[in-house]
Amino acid sequence: MDDLKLIVSPSPHIRDKDTTEKMMFAVLTALLPVLAASIYFFRWDAVRLVLLSAGAAIATEAIFQRLRKQPIRVADGSALVTGVLLGLIVPPSLPSWMVILGAVFAIAIGKQVFGGLGQNPFNPALVGRAILSVSFAAAMTKWTAPFDAVTAATPLFRGTAHIPDLFFGTVAGSLGETSALAILLGGIYLFYKGYLDYRIPVGIFASVAVIALLAGVSVPFHLLAGSLLFGAIFMATDPVTTPITKSGRWIFGIGVGLIVMLIRIWGSYPEGVTFAILLMNAVTPLINRWTRPRIYGQGVKSSE
Amino acid sequence: MRKVRSFFGGIYPEDVKQTTAGTPIQALSAPETVVVPLLQHVGLEAKPVVAKGDEVLKGQLLAEAEGATGAPVHSPVSGKVLAIEPRPHQSGHSVTAIVIENDGQDNWVERTTHPDPVQLDAEEILKRISQAGVVGMGGAGFPTAAKLTLPKGITLDYLIINGCECEPHYTTDHRLMVEYPEDIVLGAKLMAKASGARQIVIAIEDNKPDAIASLKEHAGSIEIVAVPTRYPAGGEKQLIQQITGREVPSGGLPYQVGAVVQNVATARAAALAVRDGEPLISRVVTVTGTPIAEPGNFLVPIGTPLAHVFEAAGGFSQKPGKVVVSGAMMGQAQFGLDVPVTKTTSCLLALTEEEAVTPDSTPCIKCARCVDVCPARLLPLKLEMFGMNERFEEAHAYGALDCIECGACNYICPAKRPLLQYIRFAKMEIIARDQLPS
Repeated sequence: MDDLKLIVSPSPHIRDKDTTEKMMFAVLTALLPVLAASIYFFRWDAVRLVLLSAGAAIATEAIFQRLRKQPIRVADGSALVTGVLLGLIVPPSLPSWMVILGAVFAIAIGKQVFGGLGQNPFNPALVGRAILSVSFAAAMTKWTAPFDAVTAATPLFRGTAHIPDLFFGTVAGSLGETSALAILLGGIYLFYKGYLDYRIPVGIFASVAVIALLAGVSVPFHLLAGSLLFGAIFMATDPVTTPITKSGRWIFGIGVGLIVMLIRIWGSYPEGVTFAILLMNAVTPLINRWTRPRIYGQGVKSSE
Repeated sequence: MRKVRSFFGGIYPEDVKQTTAGTPIQALSAPETVVVPLLQHVGLEAKPVVAKGDEVLKGQLLAEAEGATGAPVHSPVSGKVLAIEPRPHQSGHSVTAIVIENDGQDNWVERTTHPDPVQLDAEEILKRISQAGVVGMGGAGFPTAAKLTLPKGITLDYLIINGCECEPHYTTDHRLMVEYPEDIVLGAKLMAKASGARQIVIAIEDNKPDAIASLKEHAGSIEIVAVPTRYPAGGEKQLIQQITGREVPSGGLPYQVGAVVQNVATARAAALAVRDGEPLISRVVTVTGTPIAEPGNFLVPIGTPLAHVFEAAGGFSQKPGKVVVSGAMMGQAQFGLDVPVTKTTSCLLALTEEEAVTPDSTPCIKCARCVDVCPARLLPLKLEMFGMNERFEEAHAYGALDCIECGACNYICPAKRPLLQYIRFAKMEIIARDQLPS
């Protein structure tokens, strides 16, 4: 074989089949039950907000990659994930232009200004929601009941709810956050596929439950109400903005739960998941530094 | 029963050993010319003691050891020295080699045999292993006698014979354990005597039940331990961790925690050297991979060009895109097939043109799978970033020099990043800067 042309490259010469793209599309698959529930409860508004948010996110990502003279990588699914997530965490009655603005900010300010995929310190979808919350406080807290779209107060605002309603989702709230059942289905899928580290959600649930017990408030209510489940499973597990060490992930989860309960019980906002996760995102580099594993062979003595 | 401890991290690459695991070792006759490199071990090139035009016998000394960690090389055939000149080598560099024309007679040099070699004293065993040019055949190529010679006052608790063979393709050690268990057991006993080790443990990955059974039958008082199949279970530091629960100190050597690890093929080579007076002039090589027509295990004379070995395996059924010497995880890709088999060539792996393509890398999303799989418990994503940005001091502080280059991080990365390449780069720079006069 004189015409043999061999590729010469450093080891290793085999690679695992998993890719970033597959991870992103697994998250989208996991969101299907949530999407279905939101469309079931909030009908046309769910379709409208999720599609607009996703479209705006993808368009913003492409424009920024173009401006930064980078290859257009929107097919990797990451902007789509951000867009869908943002669409699912806004009130059903939110005006279309607001959700578009939120998605643009999520990608532009939340992600691209830091250098794009993998570089952002904060969860982009939550950056979008935070910006919308402080800019349009009224629209972002105008809640409607499922099915009939009449104005209603959220369980957290009222401070109580029928637990089965919270579980199945027949309460007022953000599009994708009302049905605990749908969210848990997605979470189980991600865990089963190996894309979700249980440490963060379990850390969140545990610290919320413990603080609820200590504060003498209903544990199931605080676990199921508001954004907690959705945030714990789909936001606090974003790899980019959460710790890279296992012990760090415990600290992150416990910290989120703690801040959520501080805001819920003693703060002036009824809900605190967005800010709790964003605050813990901010200390993630510090957590990574504190929780570096002991390297093999370091700090051990020879047995002579 | 010994409790096998777990090592950190690790991966489960697809096990493709079944292709050759059941194929008996087939002896390959030497080609018309053999090319014997003078560097088949760590250390300095051996010094030739023959000249162009000399007639040599099979097993005759061609070049003697240079330096403290040198090793001699011997002729794999009888014939005539055609040249002593630089030739392409598996490392990608040129290495001086002795080119011998094979006369096809296989006339052996005189050998001194010992019917009961275990009776020999430690010094004599070490001398015979050293003179036979035995080096670590698992891949490192560290001269075996030097590894068994410990500083004064050191006592060894363990001689661990490594039959893990955790690389996902090859089965050379597997076949040796199935076909030559007596030789391996004898080699282990000789090496234990030479090093003064208190006990011998032979460790085998549990995906080789026939090898475990075969050795158990001949082991006597030697302990045979099955370790879970997970790459890199056979890494020296990982194996010590699994068997003894001890960690080799950072920057240190295994004897510091009372252990020495030797590969099963090395054990057999030591047995042949001491008992039969045979120098290390051939070794078992697995030839495998999708493009190989008839994958198998071959006993190959050292110095045989790769092309000749591939022919023995029926040649290529489709065009290869990459040829790797030794494993898919740690092996070296080759520029051509004219390089010779050496003492450390465990496997010839061919990949199809499709399999050979290096995937494009995408941005790191900090999923930390590399952190989860690192057997040294490093943060490969951080080290990659430090290497890429030439932040070598930070790379050093984050333990770059503790990387064993197993490639698990690169394997698992969903963004297909060249993590190990940047870590290697950082390591080389750290070492180079350390050697600069300050």
